[in-house]
Amino acid sequence: MTTPPGDGRSGGGTPGEEVPIASNDDVVRVRQLVRTAAAAAGLSLVDQTKIVTAASELARNTYAHGGGGTMRVEQAAGERGRRGVRVVFTDAGPGIADVERALGEGWTSGAGLGLGLSGARRLSDEFDLRSEPGKGTTVTVAKWGR
Amino acid sequence: MTDGSDDTSITELLGSWREPVLDRWIELVGESVRGRITERELRSELTELYGLVERALAGDDTAAGELRATLAEISRGRARQGFSATETAVGVFALKQSLYEQVRKTRGQRAYSELIDFSSYVDELGLATFETYASAREQVIADQAEQLLELSTPVVKVWDGVLGVPLVGTLDSARTQVVMETLLQTLVDTRSRFAVIDITGVAAVDTEVAQHLMRTVMAARLMGTHCVISGIRPQIAQTIVTLGIEFGDIVTKSSLADALAYVLERSGLCVVPSTASCGGTTQHAPRNGLEA
Repeated sequence: MTTPPGDGRSGGGTPGEEVPIASNDDVVRVRQLVRTAAAAAGLSLVDQTKIVTAASELARNTYAHGGGGTMRVEQAAGERGRRGVRVVFTDAGPGIADVERALGEGWTSGAGLGLGLSGARRLSDEFDLRSEPGKGTTVTVAKWGR
Repeated sequence: MTDGSDDTSITELLGSWREPVLDRWIELVGESVRGRITERELRSELTELYGLVERALAGDDTAAGELRATLAEISRGRARQGFSATETAVGVFALKQSLYEQVRKTRGQRAYSELIDFSSYVDELGLATFETYASAREQVIADQAEQLLELSTPVVKVWDGVLGVPLVGTLDSARTQVVMETLLQTLVDTRSRFAVIDITGVAAVDTEVAQHLMRTVMAARLMGTHCVISGIRPQIAQTIVTLGIEFGDIVTKSSLADALAYVLERSGLCVVPSTASCGGTTQHAPRNGLEA
């Protein structure tokens, strides 16, 4: 009995639905969902790769620093009707005490390169980070077609 | 055979109707799993279950435990043989249908009321079956993932002293560990001086993937091997730059062919058409993109 990779994972891929991020496998699934949505929104290969990579960084942050959370991806319209995708990551983790520092380059609370959060900001066209220490963090990123 | 109209309990019903109910049960299950289990296997399986159900309902705790264990065993087997969840669960629920049919035939009032309790008992067994089935399937998937991990990280010899490591899919810590171990061991076994890590099949390179790649290259370097990373496509290159990842002095190439040409030249070889001669030197004009 062989199950093709990705089979059975398409469930939960409905746009706008919350997808849990509770393991490394979920990070992989987030990448697949975002890629599918980005392709459907007509983003170029470069833009697809950028938003997928940004989502990958943020999903891993949600899992590793936020203690797990959820992701929601939806197609959205930007300025002048440009199509694109918006991805929202929410966790109820410890939050980020110093957002400015966290967004700076090379700062890390773990063993990473410290480029994830700042890199995700540079990779996306729209970036919004709301965090309350002790309550959790919500990061929203969006990428628009050219 | 009693007609079921007496003051009979479900265990007595099961006992007295053993033959018709069991036969119909086997028939029903046989229909759903058509041909994939032999009639004989099915008969011995269900006969055993039937006996256990009888004893369990009569209050025999050992039989109840045995019944669950046997059911779990059967559903695990079904999951591994690729039967669907419905086909597996029907195996249990069909007993209910078989008994219903028998009761309908005999029209015993008392038997009807016994059926209600029996029905929820069978439902419970069915759910237990389902649960075992699901966890067995999860185990199958986990095993396959494990196998894929092993399969998808081959280290191949592409030339004398040159190893190729084609990476496909996602590169997480577990994969990296496997890649690194296999690569380092193969380096020792083949005494290779060069390794080309090809990431054409890696869809996205984020900071974690980059970090894993760099660690692998560093480990190989410590063993005196020169590593090249190939398969950096335009979109990956742009993303890496935007992310701000520095690959330092690690040699990267856009394609596996470029990487191979590079390591061949580094090892003092050159590829020429069979009619021409190499000229015995590697000092002729370097091709574009071949410098370190």
